[in-house]
Amino acid sequence: MSIWILFLILLGLAITGYIIGRQRAWQLTTGANGIIHSRPGHHGMYVAIWVFVPATLIAILSVALVPVFATMSVVSAMPDHMRDLSEGAFSLLLTDIRNLAGGNATSKEASADVVALAQHLVAYRENAKIILSVVVLAIAGAGFAFAFKGIHPDLRARNRVELAIKIFLIVCSVIAIITTLGIILSLVFESFLFFFKVSIFEFLFGLHWSPQTALRADQAGASGSFGSIPLFVGTLLITFIAMCVAVPVGLLSAIYLSDYASDRIRGVVKPILEILAGIPTVVYGFFAALTMAPLIRNTGEALGLDVASESALAAGVVMGVMIIPFVSSLSDDVINSVPQSLREAAFGLGATKSECLKQVVLPAALPGIFAAVLLAISRAIGETMIVVMAAGLGANLTLNPLEQVTTVTVQIVSLLTGDQEFDSAKTLSAFALGLMLFIATLTMNIVALRVVRKYREKYD
Amino acid sequence: MTDITVERPADQTERAERSARLLKKRHASEFRFKLYGVFAILVALVVLVSLLTTIISGGYSAFYQTEMQLEVTFTPEKVDPKGDQSEASFKKGNFLSVFKEAVQKTFPDVTGRRDKKAVRALYSPGSYLILREMVMEDPSLVGKTVKVWLPADDVVDMLNKGFIDRNLPETDRPISDKEIAWIEKLEKAGHVEMAFNSRFFTNGNSREPELAGIWAALKGSFLTMVVTLSLTFPVGVAAAIYLEEFAPKNPFTDLIEVNINNLAAVPSIVFGLLGLAVFLGMFNMPRSSPLVGGMVLALMTLPTIIIAARASLKAVPPSIREAALGMGASRWQAVSHHVLPLAMPGILTGTIIGMAQALGETAPLLMIGMVAFIVDPPGGLFSGGLTDAATVLPVQIFLWSDMPERAFVEKTNAAIIVLLSFLVVMNLLAIVLRKKFERRW
Repeated sequence: MSIWILFLILLGLAITGYIIGRQRAWQLTTGANGIIHSRPGHHGMYVAIWVFVPATLIAILSVALVPVFATMSVVSAMPDHMRDLSEGAFSLLLTDIRNLAGGNATSKEASADVVALAQHLVAYRENAKIILSVVVLAIAGAGFAFAFKGIHPDLRARNRVELAIKIFLIVCSVIAIITTLGIILSLVFESFLFFFKVSIFEFLFGLHWSPQTALRADQAGASGSFGSIPLFVGTLLITFIAMCVAVPVGLLSAIYLSDYASDRIRGVVKPILEILAGIPTVVYGFFAALTMAPLIRNTGEALGLDVASESALAAGVVMGVMIIPFVSSLSDDVINSVPQSLREAAFGLGATKSECLKQVVLPAALPGIFAAVLLAISRAIGETMIVVMAAGLGANLTLNPLEQVTTVTVQIVSLLTGDQEFDSAKTLSAFALGLMLFIATLTMNIVALRVVRKYREKYD
Repeated sequence: MTDITVERPADQTERAERSARLLKKRHASEFRFKLYGVFAILVALVVLVSLLTTIISGGYSAFYQTEMQLEVTFTPEKVDPKGDQSEASFKKGNFLSVFKEAVQKTFPDVTGRRDKKAVRALYSPGSYLILREMVMEDPSLVGKTVKVWLPADDVVDMLNKGFIDRNLPETDRPISDKEIAWIEKLEKAGHVEMAFNSRFFTNGNSREPELAGIWAALKGSFLTMVVTLSLTFPVGVAAAIYLEEFAPKNPFTDLIEVNINNLAAVPSIVFGLLGLAVFLGMFNMPRSSPLVGGMVLALMTLPTIIIAARASLKAVPPSIREAALGMGASRWQAVSHHVLPLAMPGILTGTIIGMAQALGETAPLLMIGMVAFIVDPPGGLFSGGLTDAATVLPVQIFLWSDMPERAFVEKTNAAIIVLLSFLVVMNLLAIVLRKKFERRW
């Protein structure tokens, strides 16, 4: 809470700095020659930036660092027997101390030592808060003094302010790179830890997936095996079913809307199709589990087929529906970007509309459609909620769409929700799966974007 | 000569016939092709309509709830053991016994431990808590006998709403003949009623369907969205301005662009893994909190907003910039005074659509532990709510969809209706914004 107050104070100081700086610059204009390089507002901004930015950076940095130092201080204040605890018990102890310091419930009755440590932590935090506030305000004051002294008719305040803004803009654009790096590094790092425990060959080529590891050394049965082939087969099976729904429906509706439909119909139908894209996936998942799966099961039973209650078909069909608008809007773009002259030439030779479409437009648009399908596949592979809710957990190695299969994303969710220890092979395997998922989707996206770019260049 | 003149018409008619047949075939195939298109659109529309109808028809009934009247006597000794009408005293009070007594009085002829328990179970198990809350709000009730409407147990509610068939054999339904007889007795006395289910909007999660509500999840969603918006909007717009207006054409800029395009297509669950490994694992940020959830969703929506903002900046004609530069404005002045205001409607539209996406997102939030069972809503925005354990509406839907009770199906549908109405409102807002402020150059 006090961090908000500190922030508000800084903001107030910055505004004051702006007003004072502007005032000062105005006074300069009434001086001997009365010409200043930048407008008074720029001088004001210049002061405000010096007041606000360094102080805020320091504040953010210390907010991130204070908990780390606080923990270190608590650890150093601990009696020896606590420091000798096993890793799990030690982190539990730290959590207890933190909870006690925060006034929350603890896992067990707190001993006198723990209470003392919690008080130590509270005192440390209080002190840190006071020191932090003083330091930050001092930096703001120093920034103000520096900037205010610098105000001068020749000061290039505008250029400096704009440089600061430009740096901010660049930092914001670099966040995209940092995010990608963060994803890659965290996934690769955790996967490395996993591959120390489980061989990479077993993971890539193993045919058996059952991540339940033994909790105790003497426990029998649950040894844990991490062959990911069944997961990828399951993912591809569901993706294939989804594509069987999404590609024909999406492509044909895109063709109809772009070449046959009147403007009025297009104006109505297109937004309605877009609604399908706006529905949250959790809703599709619920629909798949509660409506589509029983429907398919009952139909199958009426036909004398044996259908699992969480069949791959149900999840796949609903996922296909979700992807229809994606395919249709992408292929709509592609079909529209085929030059009109190609169509006119075909019509000039007496082709009917469908002949022109089938024999001229679609072949010309094929690379683009291929890219669209690739993007749709990458989306289907990464889709999570529908399969979590409608596909099963059992890793069956099968191609039968009526049986239950599991997917990569389902396993990631089931491995990482609920109780977990951070270093077990079971938890780490989720990151290895995530890495595979990331690599697969990234490759498809890069290929698809390449194809699209080449295709555009061809007709632009 | 004559041979030829005789032969030609024959040949021509044959050719004409053949081409007529061919033309017919071609037109038929044209017609079929068109039909495929119509059929494809119909398939999509039918699925959409059936999706919406199953959800609305399955969910509207959750907005009202069966309530049963009970005559409750708040005996002072039981309710207020300390006798000072203080909150602490009420908390110690034995409201369960008050409730038991009231039920006993309504059904005087029910005897035997098991039957007494069964008849109490017709009312919500949280009834005594509701009674306590009533007294805490209005201490003058102590010592009085009042008629209170209490929520019925979910099985009774389902029976009353007609989801359980009374005519089924007893073994096939979750409610016994005896219990139905008791309910019918209450019905005859006019003590069973349908009322608007305000608890659905004011309560947090609960194991009892009749007490479960979406308020905690709504609040969690709100806090998460505040974090997401306040991070992603400034950063997204700034990045778009840089890339569109300032960036020189060099490999570094290309790298950023490729990155953004790829991030837009990274599966959302991968962002969840990033949040788990970096925000929770490395920075030890609070698990299950709207702060971390909002940060993960901000990273996820960032590409959407950057792409939308760039498109609308690009749509502003260069003449505007050139005019500003010609008047002596700096690049930044040209952008901030002229280009950005003109591009704002488009940027806002893109932002709203990105936020709608984030509002419906579930998977990454499961990774950072926002699946907790949340009864109490998180605190306010400035009173620590950002770091409290919280859940969001889509996750609540996911959690309820897993519950075995029949009544939770209805709740899930109702929560979906609420979520969808939020999304509809946001999208309508985006459309209005676009229609009203969009300029064609």
